[in-house]
Amino acid sequence: MRDHIKVQVARYLPEKQSEQTFDEHEIPCPKDWVVLDGLNYIKDRIDGSLSFRWSCRMGICGSCGMTVNGEPKLTCATFLAEYAPGPIRIEPLRNFPIIRDLIVDIGDFMRKLVSVKPWIVRKYEKPLRDGEYIQTPQELDEFKQFSMCINCMLCYAACPVYGLDPKFIGPAAIALAQRYNLDNRDEGAAQRMEVLSEHAGMWGCTFVGECTKVCPKHVDPAGAIQRYKLTGAIESMKAFFMPRGA
Amino acid sequence: MSDSPTYTDYHPRWLRRRPSTYWWLEKPSYLAFVLREGSCLFVGWFVVYLLLMFRGVLQGDAAYQEFLAWSARPSVLALNIISFLFLVYHAITFFDAAPRALAVHVGKTRVPERVVGVSHYAAWLVASLLVFWLVLGS
Amino acid sequence: MIKRHPEPLLWMLFSAGGVVSAMLMPALVFLFGVAFPLGWLTPPDREHMRGLLANPLVALVLLGLCVLSLFHWAHRFRHTLYDGLQIKHLEEVIATICYGGAVIGSAAAAYLLWQGL
Repeated sequence: MRDHIKVQVARYLPEKQSEQTFDEHEIPCPKDWVVLDGLNYIKDRIDGSLSFRWSCRMGICGSCGMTVNGEPKLTCATFLAEYAPGPIRIEPLRNFPIIRDLIVDIGDFMRKLVSVKPWIVRKYEKPLRDGEYIQTPQELDEFKQFSMCINCMLCYAACPVYGLDPKFIGPAAIALAQRYNLDNRDEGAAQRMEVLSEHAGMWGCTFVGECTKVCPKHVDPAGAIQRYKLTGAIESMKAFFMPRGA
Repeated sequence: MSDSPTYTDYHPRWLRRRPSTYWWLEKPSYLAFVLREGSCLFVGWFVVYLLLMFRGVLQGDAAYQEFLAWSARPSVLALNIISFLFLVYHAITFFDAAPRALAVHVGKTRVPERVVGVSHYAAWLVASLLVFWLVLGS
Repeated sequence: MIKRHPEPLLWMLFSAGGVVSAMLMPALVFLFGVAFPLGWLTPPDREHMRGLLANPLVALVLLGLCVLSLFHWAHRFRHTLYDGLQIKHLEEVIATICYGGAVIGSAAAAYLLWQGL
């Protein structure tokens, strides 16, 4: 039956159980439905206790990341019909602690993101009367790709290094640090280097490349990290040979 | 039925999963990554092989012939054929990765990644031809 | 202040070793590991090989190839053991064996190539 699909949904109700279980439902599968529509159907019509995060349903807020048949996906951007007749297995995002059902705790990422100072850092802010900061389209192109990140954390779910070593700062944090490092208005590269030159900073990455593969916004965090490693290595050499500053 | 729930100080216990030791078998791209990393073993092996060859050449005609004969033994030959395949895989993965780390600029414009990649492959061809010429030329 | 530890230097050695081994090893292993033993091509005689090793430029390139490739192996292998087998508690032992091995191999390469000049 192509117009219905079997869905296996992970459940974790910590006040009732200590392990994850799976519920199986058969739901309609119109060709324009995404996985998120299927989850909302289950919540509205079948089991109102199912908990999951979502917001914009158009791939820009980054809330609805989940593991679909083993792959990290945005459920608002993944068509249900592609998996018919199923079963399609929906689990919470990997590598994060599970709070309930399909909801994970993203506090670790949030703290790491703040630690890389993802904002324009300047020694002196220009007063308004001096006008705007000038940026040519070419200067914008330098970092534009990395600014597309929607903080959906699919890259963290895909990264085996983050799974094995939770101290690793992770792909999105480094890509966002690069977004600001490469912005000609920014002067905070040295401050970010302090955090990212740690072992658990950029040097934890072994260029698996999965982060880039799963990124729904084509940010290419793996590329950002490798570029940053080259910068970091050169800065380290400079710091070693010219400790009093170049 | 309910198994015993557990609580931390502030909320019910979150479920934390550790990746399995066989995480790299779960996806083809993970396996490709581990094979790429494994190619380093053959890089190391070939250095040892080269050093053995240098020793053979330096010790004299008999030693050199002995080395050549040893290199034709089935086990050594098989190892080197596998090494060749892995070294080619290493080269391809490295040249595909290098353009992403090297942001080459001419003035203010970034050189496209494809150009950097193609230049690596061109350099590979030139280097290989140079090796053939040096070793095979008389 | 940028954090000081050997990781950036080791990564640069790894990268350089990766490039050099990728450029030179496939052709070399094809000749000396496959074509000559299989008889597809005639191996050069000992004089020719001795002459190549006596050339300082060739010896320098070969030294660079051996040393950098060994450090490429050491860095990558150490990280693979770390991530793949998750044996973090043996971190220091593994690092010593890998980089120590690379240093010993480099010394052997330098010794042989110096003798050949």
